[in-house]
Amino acid sequence: MKSAKTTATDVLPAEGGLGNDALLEVDDLHVEFVTRAGLVKAVNGVSYSLRPGESLAVLGESGSGKSVTAQAIMGILDMPPARIPQGSIKFRGTDLLKLSEDARAQIRGQRIAMIFQDALSALNPVFSVGWQISEMFRVHRGMSKRDAMKKAVELMERVRIPAARQRVNDYPHQFSGGMRQRIMIAMSIALDPEVLIADEPTTALDVTVQAQIMELLAELQRESNMGLILITHDLGVVADVADKIAVMYAGRIVENAPVRDIYKNPGHPYTKGLLESIPRVDQKGQELYAIKGLPPNLLDMPSGCAFHPRCPYRQDNCVTDVPPLNEINLDRNSACHYWREVLDGSHG
Amino acid sequence: MAATGERVLEVRDLVKHFPLTQGIVFKRQIGQIKAVDGVSFDLHRGETLGVVGESGCGKSTLAKVLMALERPTSGSVKINGVDMAAAKGGALKRMRRNVQMVMQDPYTSLNPRMTVGDIIGEPYEIHPDVAPRGDRRRKVQELLEVVGLNPDHINRYPHQFSGGQRQRIGIARGLALQPEIIICDEPVSALDVSIQAQVINLLERLQNEFNLAYIFIAHDLSVVRHISDRVAVMYLGKLVELGKDTEIYDKPAHPYTQALLSAVPVPDPEGREQRERIILQGDPPSPANPPSGCRFRTRCWKAQEICAKEEPLLEIRAGTAHESACHFAESQDIVHA
Repeated sequence: MKSAKTTATDVLPAEGGLGNDALLEVDDLHVEFVTRAGLVKAVNGVSYSLRPGESLAVLGESGSGKSVTAQAIMGILDMPPARIPQGSIKFRGTDLLKLSEDARAQIRGQRIAMIFQDALSALNPVFSVGWQISEMFRVHRGMSKRDAMKKAVELMERVRIPAARQRVNDYPHQFSGGMRQRIMIAMSIALDPEVLIADEPTTALDVTVQAQIMELLAELQRESNMGLILITHDLGVVADVADKIAVMYAGRIVENAPVRDIYKNPGHPYTKGLLESIPRVDQKGQELYAIKGLPPNLLDMPSGCAFHPRCPYRQDNCVTDVPPLNEINLDRNSACHYWREVLDGSHG
Repeated sequence: MAATGERVLEVRDLVKHFPLTQGIVFKRQIGQIKAVDGVSFDLHRGETLGVVGESGCGKSTLAKVLMALERPTSGSVKINGVDMAAAKGGALKRMRRNVQMVMQDPYTSLNPRMTVGDIIGEPYEIHPDVAPRGDRRRKVQELLEVVGLNPDHINRYPHQFSGGQRQRIGIARGLALQPEIIICDEPVSALDVSIQAQVINLLERLQNEFNLAYIFIAHDLSVVRHISDRVAVMYLGKLVELGKDTEIYDKPAHPYTQALLSAVPVPDPEGREQRERIILQGDPPSPANPPSGCRFRTRCWKAQEICAKEEPLLEIRAGTAHESACHFAESQDIVHA
């Protein structure tokens, strides 16, 4: 690799250098994929913002566009087939989409980092974990191999991998699933990023290990005041760690709200359906409420509100008019024509 | 759904060890993986027994042995009083008809080159006496209807269905031979939340309709609580606690069960700051070399000397109403605390 000696601070103002309190602002983002079967609109106008130290949960089922949005923020979408026809992603006031690839490479990994769901396939099987963690320091900081390895051991200790010094030369397959996820976390926090995106970080793990990993993430966040974007489909994990939630359906945000509001009183029929359809460990219910039907095919989206074929509140205008993201109150929105009825709990 | 029916399955001291070998030409056995190591339980008609535990605890091996896909190392599996582990040939084939399975991954458990009709009808090829040839198509269509799919889709291929619909196809295949027992190995964990509820409701409806007994293996404790009448908690090849769903979830006595329940995130942000978590340290030990005495002692906060010396048996202990395998068993409400 050629010496890329421009540091991230040359490209962007340093931390806190701007009066803007939002760390990351996604505005009206659209992402589409050109496929043989046609144009797949994976993300259709997503907006959210993140402040330092804040945890935002992006909740949605497969195909809702939650991961694609994250990949667009990281700049790791394959373009083509993907393209971003519209929207902006502002990181400390600078639109990432307008930056050159070199400039983005300076931000990626250093200032915005990401953890993936499947640590086994995200790690390279033929290099030791120490080598992979220390790569961050060699590439971005130009450290010597020896110094970088020392930093790798420190990081492994920080994410509480037992006997880090002995295990630094081990390979990914020699670690358990939870330990591998810790190694991923070590790599992602190596350069003290300001934003950490965790894409289903615990989905592949057992509940006991999930609790360990979530606790570790929360602690790291407290220490460094990172902004955390947690992408998940698990309503339980969200309730545990998030400050605010954005619920996605068919490439749009259908509701965003502070975490307590949404669980107490959902403002969109989809959120409401999801909350009613999960079995709970602390109570035994009768038959589960099930949202009828299937998530939409992104190649052939329903007209109007994408949720209307499955919605108990549907009226005629839902089939024809796309609902705007209505403001319920200052920090709460719902993309439903009938959010008042949903909040009241009366069935339409 | 109460467990009033007669006993359909009786498992006693079931053991399944897999050999660990070394060498390519001359294979030597250097040890064994104790995947299932002495498991006993009963299953009654119309009842659901949930089996929970971390990955590697032996849940799926247990399922395979119950399906007679693996031969047990020792112990017995009796179906309606007949030992399946000792059965051979035609007798084994007839017994297998009574135990069917729904797999975890609806994407890999259906042959992509077979139509739905062929997939669901295949059990009839193996057991031709269940349905005469001319009758099969109609039977398959009935099954499609029972699981909530369109009977006209009988000639479609699996890729034309969504994940939830595919799982319904897998369930229909499981029902084809009118079994008494269905083993569900993580049947909803590959599905989206909104689809999970549909499949769980379907399983419950079918249970009532056909008086099926389920063994429901899952790592999602909330789903298991919802569907189960009784719950067995497994750790490293052994049952550590067994009881009614209310006993296990509201009054868990074994520290492992308590830790497991405490780790489950509750979908309610109220009071999350006050919630006390028991966070287990480390990972489960290797089943090739389990700890002496109580297998959980290496991660247990109650462990004392006796735990290393003496293996606690699964039995009803003082102060509790259900079986647990801990020297210091003590009921404690975790999920409502």
